[in-house]
Formats: sequence, structure tokens, C-alpha cells
Amino acid sequence: MIGKHKDKVAPSIEAALEPLRDGMTIMVGGFGLSGNPEALIRGVVARGVRGLTLVSNNAGNLGKGLATWLHAGIVKKVICSYIGNNDDLHTRMASGEVEVEITPQGTLAERMRAAGAGIPAFYTPTGVGTIVEKGKETRVFDGKTYLLERALRADVALVRGRKADHFGNLRFWRTGRNFAPAMASAAALTIAEVDELVPNGAIDPDDVHLPGLYVHRIVEVREHENPFEYRTVRKR
Amino acid sequence: MTFSKEDMARRAAAEIPEGAIVNLGIGLPTLVADYLPEGHAWLHSENGLLGMGPFPYEGEEDPQLINAGKQTVTVLPGGSTFDSATSFAMIRGGHIDLAILGAMQVSATGDLANWAVPGGKVMGIGGAMDLASGCRRLVVMMQHATKEGEHKLVAACTYPLTARGVVARVITELGVFDPKDGAFRVVELAPGVSLDSVRAKTGAPVA
Repeated sequence: MIGKHKDKVAPSIEAALEPLRDGMTIMVGGFGLSGNPEALIRGVVARGVRGLTLVSNNAGNLGKGLATWLHAGIVKKVICSYIGNNDDLHTRMASGEVEVEITPQGTLAERMRAAGAGIPAFYTPTGVGTIVEKGKETRVFDGKTYLLERALRADVALVRGRKADHFGNLRFWRTGRNFAPAMASAAALTIAEVDELVPNGAIDPDDVHLPGLYVHRIVEVREHENPFEYRTVRKR
Repeated sequence: MTFSKEDMARRAAAEIPEGAIVNLGIGLPTLVADYLPEGHAWLHSENGLLGMGPFPYEGEEDPQLINAGKQTVTVLPGGSTFDSATSFAMIRGGHIDLAILGAMQVSATGDLANWAVPGGKVMGIGGAMDLASGCRRLVVMMQHATKEGEHKLVAACTYPLTARGVVARVITELGVFDPKDGAFRVVELAPGVSLDSVRAKTGAPVA
């Protein structure tokens, strides 16, 4: 991306997603249906790319979010940590239409963080003595066993931010941050969908959650569905 | 008499020292929060939240403020939000004092199985393996046996493992037990529950 850190603001979702190609590995931020880049997710289906490898914690749920990619038949492989009640993925996994690689959630995040930080592999205690260890190198440090996990890169990351400036400095909202910073660092190209675009300088440098060098395209989307996956409340 | 779910939650809450950082798993363990005095401990949720508060009042729910079970929650004064890599670094790095998790099977050597049933639908691993191997102390809340009467406290787990040798204490409707060296040591029994009845429902020595 040498010299690409200018004119990042895309006029439309279509324009923002122009670099997508068939067969790409795409990371998508969000935890279940929370904090999803909703317009970019819809835009990928509209763009008509196919044969994608999708990296996401959950791959949608309740037929919404990334489950729409499964409906559209554009995903060949999913790398995720949790399927739960996502029947759209269960049926396609059972039929063999979609290959599924399940990774512990912390390992998934760290594989991205490592990729973004130039670390090709790392030792972790998570998964030792379980199915996750299968086929992986183990090593003992200070009397405790660890297994070797590889960094995970992507062609594109799609993330949702609360606010961005024109350089792409991002702020997130509450638990909407989740995997977005690690994904943005692990992808060759990061496209951010933000609720509000502000001028450079409007975000105090000390308040930036994700520095703009990790973000290459920005698109402002003011309206979001923001669905509740499990709406739990208490009485007054 | 056996412990009700509420009794189990109250008993689990007693495992939490003042000022502790605690992660409560999905299911039974979420009840524990109801028995913690205000300001007693800080709740961590692995999707990126420390200082988790109760469910929001109706009308105040925020779709981007959720717990790891994807339920809407609140954040208390002094709380913070952060990204997933940081959140799991907290777990792996030993900064979570205690996790209270559900289980399908626990072995008498402290092995935990809580993410998959053989031949069943694969729900996924989520944060279970990271929490089980990363937290400083692991307490399990579970039913003592299945509805069909099959043992869940066993000599060796037959379900896919989450982590080996990690469970310090098990709280069931029959009592509180510490798996150690191939036996479940009785810490306490629920009122009116006999040691013999526990032995009959446990697939490993009870001492």
C-alpha cells in the first residue's frame, strides 16, 4: 500500500468494495450481530464476488449479518470460533458446501494480532491436550506445555467504527470494537464503515482507538439496523 | 434436599474474594452476578468488557454493549472496553483471578469438557479453552448427572476436552467437590444429601 494513504473516503459502498475479487480471504468485525459493518456486508453480496474465505467470530446468526453471505452461496470456507445456533452455517457445514475451521476465540484474535505485528507464529497454552492440538508442534517452557499457532492474514478486512477522520483514525463504540483492530492490522486492505466521518483533528490523538495507517478506505453510513441478538432487560 | 440453582449461584458467589477480577461463563454461572454485593468484584466479559453491570433497564439497551453470550448488558462506573486480542491477553496472561464456567463433564483429575457432545451438533469453542487454561482459578457449576442419570463427574472425560487438569472446584446440586489425584474430595454436602447418594451419582471415587 505504498503511497496509498490519501483520498481514503469512498463516495459509496460500491466504490469502497471495488478491490474485492473472487477467492479472497475476508475478515469481518463484529461479535454475533453486534457491531457489524452492515452496509459493507450487504455490498459484498451485491458486488457478486464468490468463493470467499470468511474469517469472523460467528459468521452471522438468525439469518442476519454474515448469514446472508451463506444464503448467497459466496462462501467456500469459514474460520470462526463459535457457531452456536447459526443454522445457516450448520446445514452448509453438514452438506459439505462450506468448509469450517473452528479456532479458540483468543487464538483467533492472537493469530490476527501476530500477523499484523510481523510475528509468523506463537506459542499458546490454549488447546493443549485437546482436539485443537492435533497436527501442531508443542514445546515445554518452564515446565508447562504450549502449542504453536500460525499467524492469520487476510486480503481484506471489513470493520465498523463509531467515528473516523479522513486519515482513517477510528473510534469504536462500547463492545463494538471486538476483533476490528486485530483484523485491520492483519489484512492487506481495510475498509471501514463508520457512523460519522469527521475532519482530521476532530479526534484527539490520545482518543484514537485504531491509528489511520491500518485503514485504507472509509465510507460513512449513518443508518444502521443494529439488531439485538438477545435483548435482555430488567424491570425498573 | 438438594441445592437449587439459586443456592448453587449463592455458593459460587462465596468463592469470589473481594476485589477479584471474575469471568462468568454462559448459562448457570451468569446467575452468580445476582449474589455479589455491589462493588465486591469486577466482572470481565471476553468480548471486550471489564466492569460489566446488570441487564439494562427497558429502553436503555444498547445493541453494541453486550456480553460474551451476546445479551445486552451495562457497564459500571470504572468499567472499560477493549478489543478481543487485549481481552484474551488478559485471560492468557493470568490477569483473571477466577472463572466460573459450566461443564458437561469434569474428571477426578480436573479435566474439563464443556464445548461439544460426541455426535452432537458442533456449537464451537468460543472463549472456553482460553478461559479454562488461562484463568488463575477455575470453578465449575453443573448438574451432578444428566437427566438420564449418566455420570458427569467422572474418572476420565469421554467428551472432547476443553483443557486438562484445570478445575479446582465443582459446585453441583449435591454439594461442593474438589477434583484431586483421581478422586472428588467433599468440601461440603447440600443439606440432607448423604455421602452414599453422592457416590452413587459419581463416576469416580468420592472421598
